[in-house]
Amino acid sequence: MARSRPEAGRAVRFPPAPPRRAGAGMRPVKFAIIQFPGSNCDHDAYHAARYVLGQQAEFVWHKETGLRSADVVVLPGGFSYGDYLRTGAIARFSPVMQRVREFAATGGPVIGICNGFQVLLEAGFLEGALLRNRGLKFLCRHVHVRVEQTDTPFSCAASVGQVLKLPIAHGEGNFHAAPETAAALEANRQVVFRYCDAAGTVTGGGNPNGSLHEIAGVCNRRRNVVGLMPHPERACESALGSEDGRVVFESVVAAMAATGAA
Amino acid sequence: MRTRVFVTLKPSVFDPQGRTIAAALGSLGYGSVRDVRQGKYFELDVDAETPAAARTLVSGIADRLLANPVIESYRVEVDDHGTEPS
Repeated sequence: MARSRPEAGRAVRFPPAPPRRAGAGMRPVKFAIIQFPGSNCDHDAYHAARYVLGQQAEFVWHKETGLRSADVVVLPGGFSYGDYLRTGAIARFSPVMQRVREFAATGGPVIGICNGFQVLLEAGFLEGALLRNRGLKFLCRHVHVRVEQTDTPFSCAASVGQVLKLPIAHGEGNFHAAPETAAALEANRQVVFRYCDAAGTVTGGGNPNGSLHEIAGVCNRRRNVVGLMPHPERACESALGSEDGRVVFESVVAAMAATGAA
Repeated sequence: MRTRVFVTLKPSVFDPQGRTIAAALGSLGYGSVRDVRQGKYFELDVDAETPAAARTLVSGIADRLLANPVIESYRVEVDDHGTEPS
């Protein structure tokens, strides 16, 4: 569905407030939103970066071989290549992914949301895999996740234990890893987000899809690449039912400011 | 040369689709069906000098694209008689 920009004067904040954490004289952080054939949350991510956070954002078509000097790369949600074969299995071979790999190798922050998370796993940026939801149903609703780690560029503005109300919309979000891989993810503190109940308790009751260890999102060992199934970009304004996802984007803006890159 | 690739979830990976099919078979009266595992089947018609070369080629393809080694394993069959006239 095509999305139009919210009009000024409506409940949605537009034009946006200036970025909260960037100091005077700092240039905005530039987000590259990768578009695969079948991406459908690309405009949501663009809107969040550009109009909610007040930063710069550009779409980058998957056949491009450059990232347009972006500071942050977003692999958005959707159904790249129709989810044929496996989710994310074909998108990982898109030309732009080689540039994303080089960007990540230099420590650049990369986030994969939903289908973007699936692409990052298929491409080997992150460890594990996503299976069909345990109940086989496509799930489209709000869930709660607990922030487990705050030393990643996409969670540094949050606090450990903070509970975020975020929407999910996926059929394959059941995180799986071999026992030794799961143990390593835990030992290296790579589980960034975990499904929980509204009070932040991780008991399994808040786990919508059967994910191992209630894992909703992980990072790589270097901690600059993060993937998660819930959609923070769809939870950046009160009109959308939650503003909790904004902290994910505020985090990376703060992280870029801290490194002096922005 | 005609080759076939069978991709299945590793035994350690829960297969909710197979489980659901097994439950459906039980309700249809097939009580003798103990378990069902669902997988994928591919036919690849490839140019190769020998069956061994075809196997090597297709195994590489399965490793790289057709199967996700984190959750799946695969088996390759090669038709020794060459490509059947169609």
